[in-house]
Amino acid sequence: MGKVIVITSGKGGVGKTTTTANLGTALAMFDKKVVMVDTDIGLRNLDVVLGLENRIVYDIVDAVRGNCRLNQALIKDKRFENMFLLPAAQTKDKTAVTEDQMVELCDKLKDEFDFVIIDCPAGIEHGFRNAIAGAEEAIVVTTPEVSAVRDADRIIGLLEAAEVRSPRLIINRIRTNMVQTGDMMSVDDILSILAVELLGIVPDDDAIIISTNRGEPTVMDDASLPGQAYRNIAHRLCGEEVPLMTLTPKKNSFFSRLKSLFSGE
Amino acid sequence: MSIVSFLAHFFGKDDELSSKNIAKERLRLVLVHDRLDISESIMENLREDLIATIGKYMEIDTSALEVSLSREVDGVALLANIPIVNVRRTS
Repeated sequence: MGKVIVITSGKGGVGKTTTTANLGTALAMFDKKVVMVDTDIGLRNLDVVLGLENRIVYDIVDAVRGNCRLNQALIKDKRFENMFLLPAAQTKDKTAVTEDQMVELCDKLKDEFDFVIIDCPAGIEHGFRNAIAGAEEAIVVTTPEVSAVRDADRIIGLLEAAEVRSPRLIINRIRTNMVQTGDMMSVDDILSILAVELLGIVPDDDAIIISTNRGEPTVMDDASLPGQAYRNIAHRLCGEEVPLMTLTPKKNSFFSRLKSLFSGE
Repeated sequence: MSIVSFLAHFFGKDDELSSKNIAKERLRLVLVHDRLDISESIMENLREDLIATIGKYMEIDTSALEVSLSREVDGVALLANIPIVNVRRTS
């Protein structure tokens, strides 16, 4: 029996879909049988991030309405044979899927897969409630910005009210240089505000944009720093203990020397 | 701001002026507001607990008891107006 994990954030653009794609791919690389479910009906994107956009025939609405068998709607990835995508519908109405249908869908999927990873839409409306309906665990993604942290707090409250057990946090897009100069909240700052278990940290890195351009999740690149961060998180999801990544600022010789002069380091 | 403190701030001293401390303080306040908005049941539970606790020492008029939050620019205060009917005699 597999686990159903929802990736959510409240605020848009913090990296839910990137996180879903990378954790799903990393788990598949670790020989887990994984399905990623895009619940952002009308704003489908997980397919392009994974590079599977040309292979869609049926979608989640077809699957829950019985227009096709569930297995027909699952896209099998050619790079990892145990990795699948259930794409969102692009043309249908947001309310095309109900919470009961989502619960039923998740129950069926977890019989067949080790991990069912649900990519939640932004917001706290219908799409959010659908995405969390069948989930047993939640991962909240935030970035070190006031708007994203505020929305993460709201989402944590809503998850607890919906009895989705103890959500865990991923802090995405950390810019170590700015944290050092006191112009970005640190991991500890954010944890002190949100009081929630930390699952992982991901540095801000150009590799994410390049990998998204190519449709190849950055975890597939051994040299990628965010790729390493996501692989670490995937190991933790498998129950392994992996220490947090140490993020060292990029060396900027002139400024770092001046900085150390003034801060006495 | 002196030139030294400006430079110290610019080059990363963790002072009150650093923008992350401004962010933290603004978040702290906004979350107090947000969290109270979400859980209306908190106020009802608090009211019941207040009655139970104070009731051990004083007889209070529970029908006239008022518990509310006062929102100000720099914080949120809990205001409780609790009419006392009688004080229990201590033995």
